[in-house]
Amino acid sequence: MIRDTSMGSRIFDTLNILFLSAFALLTVLPFLYIIAGSFASEKQLATEAFFVIPKEVSLDSYRYILSSNTIPRSALVSIGVTLFGTFVNLFFTVTMAYPLSKKRLPGRNGIINMVIFTMIFSGGLIPTFLVVKGMGLLDRYASLILPIAISPFNLIVVKSFFQEMPEELEESAIIDGCSRYGVLWRIVLPLSMPVLAAVGLFYAVGHWNSFFSALIYLSSPKKWPLQVILRQMVMLAQFTAANMDSFDSDFVRPPEQSIKMAVIVLSVVPILFVYPFIQRHFTKGVMIGAIKG
Amino acid sequence: MSENDYCGHFPIGVSMATMSTAIETIDPMDLKTESGKRRIARMKKEKSLYILMIPGILYFVIFKYLPMWGLTIAFQNFQPILGFLKSEWVGMENFRDFFSSPDFFMIFRNTLVLSLLNIIFYFPMPIVLALLLNEVRQAAFKRAIQTIVYIPHFISIVVVASLTYVLFTTAGGAVNILMERLTGETINFLGSPRWFRPLIIGQTIWKETGYGTIIFLAALAGVDQNLYEAAAIDGAGRFKQLIHITLPSIANVIVILLILRMGQVLDNGFEQIFLMTNALNRNVAEVFNTYVYTVGITQGAFSYSTAVGLFKSVIGVILVLGTNGIAKKFGHSGLY
Repeated sequence: MIRDTSMGSRIFDTLNILFLSAFALLTVLPFLYIIAGSFASEKQLATEAFFVIPKEVSLDSYRYILSSNTIPRSALVSIGVTLFGTFVNLFFTVTMAYPLSKKRLPGRNGIINMVIFTMIFSGGLIPTFLVVKGMGLLDRYASLILPIAISPFNLIVVKSFFQEMPEELEESAIIDGCSRYGVLWRIVLPLSMPVLAAVGLFYAVGHWNSFFSALIYLSSPKKWPLQVILRQMVMLAQFTAANMDSFDSDFVRPPEQSIKMAVIVLSVVPILFVYPFIQRHFTKGVMIGAIKG
Repeated sequence: MSENDYCGHFPIGVSMATMSTAIETIDPMDLKTESGKRRIARMKKEKSLYILMIPGILYFVIFKYLPMWGLTIAFQNFQPILGFLKSEWVGMENFRDFFSSPDFFMIFRNTLVLSLLNIIFYFPMPIVLALLLNEVRQAAFKRAIQTIVYIPHFISIVVVASLTYVLFTTAGGAVNILMERLTGETINFLGSPRWFRPLIIGQTIWKETGYGTIIFLAALAGVDQNLYEAAAIDGAGRFKQLIHITLPSIANVIVILLILRMGQVLDNGFEQIFLMTNALNRNVAEVFNTYVYTVGITQGAFSYSTAVGLFKSVIGVILVLGTNGIAKKFGHSGLY
C-alpha cells in the first residue's frame, strides 16, 4: 500500500493513537481502581479520588467477606451451575446441530425455521415463568440451566461448522460399520474442538454472569449464585440481612467501599482469568456463521 | 429474559446475518418433491439422526413454543389455580386496561427516550472506533487496543452496575470526591432522575463499544486493498479514501444493524435498567420490560403483564418488517 506521508496524515496518526490509548485507559481504569481500592486503607479511599496503587496493602476487606459462608457458598453455586450448565448446553446443542447439518435429512428445513422463528418472536417473561413453574423447577438449580439449554445462535454456528466437514470422512466410517453416533463421537467431535471451545466459553461466561434467572426462579437465598449476592451487597448494601449468614462480628468492620470493591473483584477475577482463552476463540467463533453469506 | 442472557453476548447483527445464512443454505434438493415412499424410506434409514434431535426439539417445544401458546393468557383473566384451560376469557380487556392506565404513557415515553438516546449516542460509537482502528498502521498496537476494549463485554451487567455504584455514590465515590474538590459540591448521580439516562447510556458505551466494532472490522477486512492503491494513485488523500471507499463498504452493515436496532426500540436492556432503578428515579426508569416484571412477577398480575409484553413484541415485529422494507426501497439488500 502506498503510504500517505503528508503532514496532515501524520498529525492524524498521532492524534488517533492518543485517542485510542485514552479510550483503552478509560476501559481498564475502573478495574485498576477497584482492585487497588479493595486493598487500600480507609484514609486513602476517603481522600484520594482515583488511584491505582494502594499506599498500604491491607487484606481486611477480603478477610471480612470470607469470614462468613455467604460468599464462598455462592461462589461454589456459581461454579457448579457454570460447569454443569455448560455441559448441558453443549450436549443439547451438539445433538441437535449434527442432524441439522445433514442437508438431505427430511424435515430439516422445517426444524431450522422453527429454531429461527424463536429468534424473532418469543413468549416473553411471564409465560416462560409460568412454564418453568408448571414444570416444578422453581427454587431448583435446574431452572437456571434447562430454560436456556440451547442458544439458537450457537446452534446455528455449530451446525454451520459441521456442515463444512467433508462428507467423505463420515461416509467411509459408515461403510466400515460405524453407527451415526459413533461417527459423531469419534470423528465429528474431535474435529470440532475449536468451535466447541468457542461456543462452550460463551455458554460458560453466560452462566457465570447470569443473575436474573436466579432472582426470579430461586426463592431460597442459600441457593443464590455470586452475582445475586453481589447485587445484595453492593447495590442494596445488605451486609447483615436476615437472609445471609452473619459476618464475623469480632471484626472491626473495614470501610464499606472497600468491602464492596473486594466483592466485585472476586466476581470478576474468573472472567479475567479465562478472557485470554475466550479472546483466542471468539472472533473466529462469532464470525463462522456470518462470514459465509 | 432467558433469551436475552445469551443473545447479549453477540452483536445482534451477527445473529441476524447468521439467520439469513441459515435460510440461504437450504438445499434445493430438499425442496424438490419426492415420492412419499422414498422419503419415508430415507427417514427410516436416518432414524438415529432423529433420535439424536429429541432433546433439542423437546427443549424448543417446552421452553420456546409452550410459552408462545401461553401468550393466550393475555386474553384471559388467568388464575393459577384454574390453569390455562379453565380461566375465564376476557377478550381485549387487559389491553384496554393497559392503554387507559396512566402508566402506559410513562412507560412508552421512557422506553422510547432511552432507545432514541441509545441510537443517537451509542450506535455511532462502534462505527467511529472501528474506523479509527482501521486507520492504525501498527498491527501490534491495534491488537493491543482491541484486546483491551473487548473486555467489558464479558463482564456481567451486575458488575457494571456495581462499579457505577461504587464510583458515583455520594458516600465516598471517587467521582464525587473529585467533584467536591473541583466544585465544592457533590451530585447524587444514583438517586436523581436527571442522571439516570446519562448513566445508562454511559454504561452501554463503556461496555459494548469495543465489542461492537467486531462486525464492522470484519466488513472492513473484506475491502479490496487495490481500491486504496488506485485511489492513492489518482491523488485521493486518506480522508477522501475514507469517504469514498471505506464508508461505502460498510454502509450495508450499518443499515442492517440500524434496522435491527429499530426493531428493538421497545426492548431496552432489561437487566441493566432493573439494576439501576431505585425509588428515586423510577419515573424515568420504568420501561416495558421492567414493568412486565414488576406487575407480573412481583405483583402476580399474570394476564395483564402478559398483555403488555405481547403488545411490545407485536410492535417489535412490525417495526422490523417495516424498517426492512424501507431499507430495501433505498437500495440496500435488507435482511430478507
